[in-house]
Amino acid sequence: MAEPARLGYAGATRWFLLAALAALPIADLAVSGPDPWLELTRLFAGIIRPDLLAIAGASVVLTVAFAMLGVASGAVAGLLLALVFARLRAVRALAAAMRSVHELFWALLLIQVTGLSPLTGILAIAIPYAGIFAKVFSEIIEEADLAADRVLPTGTDTVSRFAYARIPVLAGPFGTYLLYRFECGMRSTLVLGFIGLPTMGFELETYFRQGRYAEAAALVLVFYLLIGTRRLWVRPATLPFLLAASVLAILWLTEPIAGDSIWSNMARFLGTDIVPRPLRNADLGDPASWMAFAAWLWAILYTQALPGVVNTLILSQIALVASGILALLLFPLVCRRFAGRAGQPVGRVALVVLRSTPEYMLAYVLLQTLGPSMLPAAIALALHNGGIIGYLLGRHADALPYRPDAPRGLDLYAYETVPRLYGQFLAYALYRWEIIMRESAIFGILGVLTLGYFIDAAITELRLDTAVVLIIVTGLLSIGVDTLSRWLRRRLRVENRPVRLSADDVQNRSVRTCA
Amino acid sequence: MSPSPLIELHGASAGYAGKAVLSGLDLSLRPAEHVAVLGRSGAGKSTLLNLLFQRLDDRAALIPQAAALVGTLSVFHNVYMGRLDRHSAARNLRMLAFPARAEVAAVRGVLEGVGMEEYLFRRAGALSGGQQQRVSVARALYNGRPVVLGDEPVSALDRVQGAEVLRRLAARHETMVLAMHDIGLALAHAQRIIVLDQGRIVLDSPAASLTIADLLPFYG
Repeated sequence: MAEPARLGYAGATRWFLLAALAALPIADLAVSGPDPWLELTRLFAGIIRPDLLAIAGASVVLTVAFAMLGVASGAVAGLLLALVFARLRAVRALAAAMRSVHELFWALLLIQVTGLSPLTGILAIAIPYAGIFAKVFSEIIEEADLAADRVLPTGTDTVSRFAYARIPVLAGPFGTYLLYRFECGMRSTLVLGFIGLPTMGFELETYFRQGRYAEAAALVLVFYLLIGTRRLWVRPATLPFLLAASVLAILWLTEPIAGDSIWSNMARFLGTDIVPRPLRNADLGDPASWMAFAAWLWAILYTQALPGVVNTLILSQIALVASGILALLLFPLVCRRFAGRAGQPVGRVALVVLRSTPEYMLAYVLLQTLGPSMLPAAIALALHNGGIIGYLLGRHADALPYRPDAPRGLDLYAYETVPRLYGQFLAYALYRWEIIMRESAIFGILGVLTLGYFIDAAITELRLDTAVVLIIVTGLLSIGVDTLSRWLRRRLRVENRPVRLSADDVQNRSVRTCA
Repeated sequence: MSPSPLIELHGASAGYAGKAVLSGLDLSLRPAEHVAVLGRSGAGKSTLLNLLFQRLDDRAALIPQAAALVGTLSVFHNVYMGRLDRHSAARNLRMLAFPARAEVAAVRGVLEGVGMEEYLFRRAGALSGGQQQRVSVARALYNGRPVVLGDEPVSALDRVQGAEVLRRLAARHETMVLAMHDIGLALAHAQRIIVLDQGRIVLDSPAASLTIADLLPFYG
């Protein structure tokens, strides 16, 4: 009895459920919209009758172009970082910092330097994605089978060594992961439109704000179509053409930025804007200016960061548990044993649609109809993440070998499938935890009182120094949750499962890192 | 007197992951010797071959235990890899997309020797284990270094195929050191038998003086 109780699946589940239950009474879950039902009815009426004539081609082209160039430059930078990722601690820290800040926050900061220009859009995707690519590419390189490389005759030059024994081995997993990231990039680009970049999100925001749901539905339909057919048009052979066309489209369809203003903006941004107010033009040798700085920092941490962090954690905890419950309820839909041969494709389409819907857009729409509280944000997060986890669980469930006399229906679900998938389920949920946390912070921009709310307010009032402090707090919170999640996966011994059990390990890797 | 040795190990030790597998090993290898290394699994055979491969540097071709092919490239390219060091990087890159006729003919000739010529432009990853092993042997044959170090090079082949592959290796390479588990095949194709046990050489004698019965106790 002296041995401390080991953390088991049931124990971990209990702790997460308890935390979510404790968060429920303090969370603001009010429905405050003027007439939510009327608004929802109009929304569904619009969805059934999409107005296909409203689609503006330019925004669709620009969405693809931004995603293409953002992901491509992120991948190139990430690959370079990946080559030294395992060796240099500084590179690992840099990559962690780059990916801990959400692309929307990067965009809000970059707008201060490069304005609402294409460069902002590309960099806002490229910077966080480079951090993610660096980590994932270095993992792929580490896990790759490089036995052929060791057998090459001594004296083989480096270029030939790479061309024959490295690139052919790595190209497959890199390609699969790139395509997956491109899908994430499309969602990110769309969302960047909500803050003013000329992508589909820009028009969607207008339509949703004005309640023109038929037009919005048409645009979203096009988006699903692009995502659904990506395997057909994003291929090694079409890539050079797509990249060139993206460059041309951006040059053609957007306003150029004045080259000289970037440098003066950059100097102002780095030299003045983000320098903490008490330290601007202050005598750094004088203790008084540091006292003023401490007071300034304390005020931000106490009045903005603290409530922001608490609300972000509350929302993400509720959303995580809701996603988990939803995933366990939804996965039978994509599972042949439960949905049947006819039901499986239908379930699959439903879950792919859930997963392809950018959660930010979902939250935007729900916040409009239900009013600003945590409820719509939690629903949006649960639907998107529940869809992702459910889809993957369904695929694993179909791969389980059942004994011939296995029970059926609910008995099979409760006694065979769920118990055997549970470790996998926990691993996926824990992987999503950090992403849900980052999204919870972001939803503040939409009016929920999470960290994003305070960051957005600070940027609107041009208190960029405050915004930077809050963004750093958000990044640290995200790194903290990531570390805790990794520790829990190790304790629960589910850390390797997503890679080992699945035939398509890259798919799983992407689950953990897609935002 | 016998010719000067190719390589001499005195009190050599080797291992992996910081763990010594071989220790205090004395071994001298002369040109034109055909040596079979026997011993239980874990005795240190692979470690010895890797050690020899390091010491012999550019004089040896290695057939590793797992075939170590690049699954996404064709059989041709996997065999061609054996001579990457003889060509410029530019030529090697060109060969990836446009294999030159002369090299294709040369590789086909080598593949004929191991009965794999019809798979020339098949993806290596799609082959069976035995086929992959023969491609791995072909890569060493094509490499053509004077010494070949083979780690169980015929373990996935039947006896007839295995014997044929060993004859090809003996004809192509002057010196052979092969780790094997088939005692009969070893006695038939090697002149010298070395038995390893727990990282030490416990027997080193001419094959002609040994019978299968002499060697069986080492596996007991």
